[in-house]
Amino acid sequence: MCGIVGLFIKNPALESELGALVAPMLSEMTERGPDSAGMAVYRDPNDKGCKVTVLSQKLDFDWASFEKAVNSHFSLNKFTVTQNHAVLSLDNSLSEVEHWLASNWTDLSVTSAGTNIEIFKGKGNPADFIKQFDIKNMTGTHALGHTRMATESAITTEHSHPFSTGQDLCLVHNGSLSNHNRLRETLKRAGVQFKTDNDSEVAAGYLSWRLSEGDDLDEALNHAIEDLDGFYTFAIGTKDGFAVMRDPIGCKPAIMAETDDWAAMSSEYRAIATLPGAENARIWEPEPTQIYSWKRS
Amino acid sequence: MTAINLNESSVRELNEKLQSGSSGDQFSVNNTVGKHALSVGLTSEINVEINGHVGYYCAGMNQQANIVINGNAGPGLAENMMSGEVRVTGNASQYAAATAHGGLLVIEGDASSRCGISMKGVNIVVGGNIGHMSAFMAQSGCLVVCGDAGDALGDSVYEAKIYVRGEVKSLGTDCIEKEMRDEHKKELKELLKQSNMNHKVEDFRRYGSARKLYNFDIDQVDEY
Repeated sequence: MCGIVGLFIKNPALESELGALVAPMLSEMTERGPDSAGMAVYRDPNDKGCKVTVLSQKLDFDWASFEKAVNSHFSLNKFTVTQNHAVLSLDNSLSEVEHWLASNWTDLSVTSAGTNIEIFKGKGNPADFIKQFDIKNMTGTHALGHTRMATESAITTEHSHPFSTGQDLCLVHNGSLSNHNRLRETLKRAGVQFKTDNDSEVAAGYLSWRLSEGDDLDEALNHAIEDLDGFYTFAIGTKDGFAVMRDPIGCKPAIMAETDDWAAMSSEYRAIATLPGAENARIWEPEPTQIYSWKRS
Repeated sequence: MTAINLNESSVRELNEKLQSGSSGDQFSVNNTVGKHALSVGLTSEINVEINGHVGYYCAGMNQQANIVINGNAGPGLAENMMSGEVRVTGNASQYAAATAHGGLLVIEGDASSRCGISMKGVNIVVGGNIGHMSAFMAQSGCLVVCGDAGDALGDSVYEAKIYVRGEVKSLGTDCIEKEMRDEHKKELKELLKQSNMNHKVEDFRRYGSARKLYNFDIDQVDEY
């Protein structure tokens, strides 16, 4: 069992309240996933260059020295440290930044890369995560969150969701995959790299691979129905919105709701009930294998 | 009428109050916000009106009580109901009335997958459509669907009767269309009347067990 929440702001006036709206949703899903929590937030686009979130396993990591090193190599225009994460906004290309990080900072892992996305995650109770990362004060266009109850692999920050699946893309998953070990080996041979033995990371790696092979998101998800064996409700964050898909059996719950101000998805209605106007929202349960997506027009 | 506000009372307090109600008592429940296990384990003829959407396992194990939910219901609605009546004005999520032994469940909107799975005597009337694998291994009782049914309807069904007004996407193993005899028309008419569904009996088709799975078939020995 895990909990998923997603919120997409339709009324720009509410973008300043994204964190205040999504934090209670995540908190409401604590019982579904008390082990760890995570959130992807889309905000402050850096269209000139790239934005990267890095994670250190060490709480006492020397971020000041790291910032100095980044500054000496790149044109860094914003550097924000929150807990053991740092968000770098740079004028340089993503590929050169990622290459430099991988070559010189092996104890840092990249949790997100793109122009809009930032991913934060941590083990422990979701209430602590919300507090430590000041989720309530986050602004932005949309966010995806996850509360984890581990069934397939260890409880660590790196095993927590969301998982990056490419530039400005991320995945959160409720369910369990039964063919992840074999699929991971196949994907490794295709050049996909994995950081953990987590089944959801395989789903993320699979989608990254399909997208790199030329699929669009809908095509990648349709291929996933063929190649992933197991139970899943997926929510996929994109630069402009997010998409939701359930497996053909459809036993993992999901509920979606929409008003003029927002569109939301969650594992349960009680998370959506925290949103203003939820009682009068259009509410429905996503059909198995159907892809539902919202996009900024 | 006793009003219970779930902003002030816990779910446990609500259920204790309802479980100690006496025949004829009236209750209203407000501010449900999708909470789980509301109005469960009731054993007397009380009337409960729940205003708002409810989460998992609402009205579970109901005996005798009459429960109306003005909203949508989450998974496991009226699971293992024994008697009484549960009505939802909106939609119900998966496995509504699973294993239920008796009583009447009316879902005015749509029901999701696995509606009436392993039902054992309950009558279920759905105003809209039902999802896949509904009435799986259904043993007895009736499932009436005024809209369409999803994939694998009545898979491995025993002696439950299934009446569908709209399209059936596919029938499950050992489930076949059957003749609508007078006793079935009478039974269906009564269920539509009880559930306030205004449809003609003639528009429905009946499905049930082909009874091929009851006994081992020697021709299939190679399958094992």
